[in-house]
Amino acid sequence: MQVSLDNHFSDLCASGRKCLVPYLTAGLEGWIECLHAAAEAGADAVEVGIPFSDPVMDGPTIQQASDKSLAAGTTPDSIIANLAKSPPPVPTIVMTYTNIAHHMGYDRFARSLADAGVSGAILADLPLNEAGPWCEAADASGVATILLAAPTSSDDRCRAIAERSRGFIYAVGLLGVTGERERLADSATMVASRLKALTNKPVLVGVGVSTPDQAVEASRVADGVVVGSAFVRRMLEGASPEDIGETVGEFRTALDTLL
Amino acid sequence: MGTEEAETDLLTSDPGTSGRFGNFGGCFIPETLVPACQELEIAFREAWADEQFHSELDRLLADYAGRPSPLTICGRLSEELGTSVLLKREDLNHTGSHKINNVLGQALLAKRMGKSRLVAETGAGQHGVATATAAALFGLECEVYMGEVDMERQALNVFRMRLLGAEVRPATTGSRTLKDAVNEALRDWVATVETTHYCLGSVMGPHPYPWMVREFHRVIGSEAREQCLKQVGKLPNTVVACVGGGSNAAGIFSGFANDSQVRLVGVEPAGAATVGRKVPGVLHGSLSYLLQDEFGQVSEAESISAGLDYPGVGPEHSYLADTGRAEYHCVTDEEVVEAFGLLSRTEGIMPALEPAHALAWISRERADLAGEVVLLNLSGRGDKDAAQMVEYFK
Ligand SMILES: Cc1ncc(COP(=O)(O)O)c(C=O)c1O
Repeated sequence: MQVSLDNHFSDLCASGRKCLVPYLTAGLEGWIECLHAAAEAGADAVEVGIPFSDPVMDGPTIQQASDKSLAAGTTPDSIIANLAKSPPPVPTIVMTYTNIAHHMGYDRFARSLADAGVSGAILADLPLNEAGPWCEAADASGVATILLAAPTSSDDRCRAIAERSRGFIYAVGLLGVTGERERLADSATMVASRLKALTNKPVLVGVGVSTPDQAVEASRVADGVVVGSAFVRRMLEGASPEDIGETVGEFRTALDTLL
Repeated sequence: MGTEEAETDLLTSDPGTSGRFGNFGGCFIPETLVPACQELEIAFREAWADEQFHSELDRLLADYAGRPSPLTICGRLSEELGTSVLLKREDLNHTGSHKINNVLGQALLAKRMGKSRLVAETGAGQHGVATATAAALFGLECEVYMGEVDMERQALNVFRMRLLGAEVRPATTGSRTLKDAVNEALRDWVATVETTHYCLGSVMGPHPYPWMVREFHRVIGSEAREQCLKQVGKLPNTVVACVGGGSNAAGIFSGFANDSQVRLVGVEPAGAATVGRKVPGVLHGSLSYLLQDEFGQVSEAESISAGLDYPGVGPEHSYLADTGRAEYHCVTDEEVVEAFGLLSRTEGIMPALEPAHALAWISRERADLAGEVVLLNLSGRGDKDAAQMVEYFK
């Protein structure tokens, strides 16, 4: 069901809870069941990747998942239809690249997300300066556009991004593409604390958050985390929805120690 | 600094801070790279207004790259085709193609911005070789991404890049050609943006690249216009260039932007007729015409020529096509191979497979072009393609 992400995330933050948003690539074997398992294991929202042929912001794990999903015949419409048929019990955010939305037409893409009960969208290659037309279409359909802020973004840019972002601000944790890392980059807490000083909106760190410990470290400063490749790798390795639920549960338990 | 309002003069305009050519262009890249593109735009604007930068670049283009490149009036070819063909000899530049014009400009800019490393994508390897060359000249680190398929068909250029001290990394995903090399170069840049300049090889990508690269290649058109007037006493009726991303075409077209009687023709491979299909899309930083399927997934282009094997095209070309100022046509691989032999046989010049596309179009349209003066941008020489042609003719 479509909800207001602004209210959803600010309510969570007000309660002192650290937000956990797992990402997975749609179209992989059992992805819908994995979304439900993640929600039941304590995810506060789920992020669903619509695969794109040329994902420049993604590292090897999500590239491989995207290729696999596309090779299996996944389309944006089939993903949206599946989300409409079995909507996860927590708010759903779609993540993809601009051309998928542009090709369908911003209005039609936004409306079809709304009709399927999707609450938010992230377009990885649509920065603030180009986001206007999409944001208008998304707003009109009640879809929250979450914008990215990066370690390279100036304070002025961060302020403007925070202003336009809905639900939360996605703080890119490192210089680089998505993928698991040995340790949390220093830039993760740096960009999060810069953003926290500039905005009252929730700030979630994503990209390079791979373990429960890293999630805790990032969430000491941020309001929560987006975790992708750690789950997607497990799915590629054949993890069942129960396995995914268990891993999400480990992140949840770790984050709840910060309550 | 630029104004938000872009002027509309084709091929001469400053696309403003939004980087628009009509509706095309823009800066569609992950936020991490936006500040770097803005920094680059500012650096380029400052440099382009700085006489010292121009004199340094002009000196390099002359003493190092060998400019001006000659204009050759073809005798035997013209006789065979029944139309007077002039060649702008970018094949005679140092490193063997037009790519060096842009690379020397960007390398100078990188130095100005204090960047110590260049990253580049390459298809045919000509842009990679040019980038590796400039890196050697300026003492910069250099990494070049190249599709696995292209590393095989352009092996000579892989050897050259490595000899010049560059790291050549294979792009192993997707079609394993130019598109995938750009993906890898962008992923590298996202991680290294603080120390690295992305030396992009065509009039594509996010703003300011399409504009900046066109300006660095403007020298081709300026020289050619002057040489035409001097050597044949008039302007050409038609100017023809091959189009991959579209940099050699933008360079030569820009010299004739204000000569509305001069017909401008871009030639694409039949398997990568991006402009021909007229479906807009967003890839690698800009909104332009794009080969894609019904869902917006980018299609794999298919061409005998690694340098034109790209599903996108520079945004200004989409605009030139829409306004009708330039027209775009395509030729088949077979026609290209024939043109490759034709120029070798009639003029003693072995062209690269890329500009052989332009000649293939002239050859096919010879009846329509009869009696005209046709200027062809010979963007590169064919040495790199010799091995591939040996295989082809087997
Ligand atoms: C000789 C030559 N011409 C043309 C091209 C295509 O590039 P553009 O369309 O940017 O001129 C290449 C690219 O590798 C090339 O090597």
